[in-house]
Amino acid sequence: MAGEYLLQVEGLKKYFNLGKGRILHAVDDVSFAVRPGETLGLVGESGCGKTTVGRTLLKLYKPDGGRIIYRDEDVTHVPARRQRELCCKMQMIYQDPYASLNPFMTIGEIVSEGLEINKIGKDRAERQMMTYDLLEMVGLTKEHANRFPHEFSGGQRQRAGIARALAVNPEFVVCDEAISALDVSVQAQIINMLLDLREKMNLTYLFIAHDLSVVRYISQRVAVMYLGKIVEIGSAAEVYAHPAHPYTQGLLNAVPVADPEFEKSKQYKAMTGEVSSPINCKPGCRFASRCPRATEKCRTEDPLMKQVGPDHFVACHHL
Amino acid sequence: MEKIKKNGQLYDDTLTEEDFSPVPDRAAIVDQIRPSMRYWPEVGKRLMKNKMAIASLTVLAVIVLLAIFVPIFSPYEYDASNFLAAKQKPSWAHPFGTDKVGRDMFTRVFVGTRTSLLIGVIGALIPYIIGMTIGAISGWVGGTVDMVIMRVVDVMLCIPSMIYMILILVVLGGSPVSLIVALALSGWMGSARGFRGRILQFKNREFVLAAKTLGARPGRIIIRHILPNILGNMAVGLCSAIPGAIFAEAGMSYIGLGISPPMTSLGQLSTDGVAVFMTEFHRFFFPSLIISLLIFALFMFGNCLRDALDPKLRDEDYMARVYRRMRKGGRKA
Repeated sequence: MAGEYLLQVEGLKKYFNLGKGRILHAVDDVSFAVRPGETLGLVGESGCGKTTVGRTLLKLYKPDGGRIIYRDEDVTHVPARRQRELCCKMQMIYQDPYASLNPFMTIGEIVSEGLEINKIGKDRAERQMMTYDLLEMVGLTKEHANRFPHEFSGGQRQRAGIARALAVNPEFVVCDEAISALDVSVQAQIINMLLDLREKMNLTYLFIAHDLSVVRYISQRVAVMYLGKIVEIGSAAEVYAHPAHPYTQGLLNAVPVADPEFEKSKQYKAMTGEVSSPINCKPGCRFASRCPRATEKCRTEDPLMKQVGPDHFVACHHL
Repeated sequence: MEKIKKNGQLYDDTLTEEDFSPVPDRAAIVDQIRPSMRYWPEVGKRLMKNKMAIASLTVLAVIVLLAIFVPIFSPYEYDASNFLAAKQKPSWAHPFGTDKVGRDMFTRVFVGTRTSLLIGVIGALIPYIIGMTIGAISGWVGGTVDMVIMRVVDVMLCIPSMIYMILILVVLGGSPVSLIVALALSGWMGSARGFRGRILQFKNREFVLAAKTLGARPGRIIIRHILPNILGNMAVGLCSAIPGAIFAEAGMSYIGLGISPPMTSLGQLSTDGVAVFMTEFHRFFFPSLIISLLIFALFMFGNCLRDALDPKLRDEDYMARVYRRMRKGGRKA
């Protein structure tokens, strides 16, 4: 097992205390592993804890349980100094290109900040050169370095955000809905750029998104989250071809296909009910309230991960 | 030699020595790019473009210079009485007239301006800095620390600041130092609360999280990322806190707890003037005029500063120039 995975997450938990005894189970016992060089897609609807997983991995939130193992080193609770060193290994691309760049700093300053903090490059001039190289790598030019973020379009800003994350030469990058705030044509450009950079810089991505087709395009493996838990995880081909969990099936069914004949023939079963509350969860399958196949067992007992195929695991009592 | 025609012009297509020389060093090319525009020089430039800013800055500068130099070069001492020259109207010898014991009002007004400015600036700055530090700690650390600090602030804000000030002035006596102490102890709560709110507003913004992911320490995040975003508001706040402190001093002088004679301040002088303004109007007019100018200029300057601090306005400057050029061009055609 050792050395096979770049990042292993075991039973990760993150709860938020809302006061008055109410506890929000944002991430509840999540486990997955990422091999070096591969992209793990993390999908799920809004509010299911995808972003919290990403932020907890980078210790923006303190994990409440479980372990994060990076290159065989337990990094769940490490001293602040080691954490800062880890910053050069694990980076994040943020969702909103408008909120993730400081409006009072130029693009050059934003991109070179990581170099400056982590003392990469020997002096200012060298860091400036490195910044220009980074800007060119993400499809901007060095002339852009002296401009402020508000002078850029959303796609250009997202490119700057990517350059900032890659400045410290990371191995593992969390793309937190990195493309969902962009329009479709720009999305395609950014995705292709991310794919190119993956080859060029030997990156490993955790690609958080709610757009299933994008995830299929970019990921080798996919994990489906529902209400703080991973319900299905496996190779992208397997999960898309043979979705085993009722939630994954519903999710894939809901994807519109640009073919009216197919859409008409499709036996479309919309998911019913509402997402139950993640506050003070009861035991049992989280999806039980909406699942067409829910039984008494589903409502009282947590389903465990079961292997249903090669590299395909599902948490459901019915398999 | 062969000539080729391109865009109606003849070009020489033979290669010269120059075409085979190495491309200049990259660093040299970089220098030709638009010079790096740092934020603060840019702010200064924008400020200097604003006529209102220039005007208010000029008024402030004149008042400050007068306050510094008039007492030095005046032939009269601010506290020297001369009963032969009592109650005079403004003249060449006494531009602002004299008071009931014959002290030169011109000298007295600018000595008073000195005191008032000193109390205004220091008395606004110190509570601001105390409040900022406490507010930053409260907002950044959060949790129990935040709760305790904010409850202390709430309790202190419940008691009218006048009570602290009177208490402190009674104990320490009326002097500029005790006034500043009184202002500091009664004024930090508001700015602490405001600054805490600003920290909370920016603490979870994505660019702050991004800086955290890059390994930035809290000090760097607050100074480099949060402070510039709120500096505009802080500057405006400070510019309006100075008149507040000047007014507070005047109020204290009115009830006899502020600066005590023969030392003087603008507040004290205009308070004296109110009593006699039917007969000796100049004694009320000049100190009040200086207070009004000072406060108006400070407010205007604060507003201009806020505008200049906002980089989004840079485009508007540019657009205004473009429109002007378009209008000029239109008239010609």
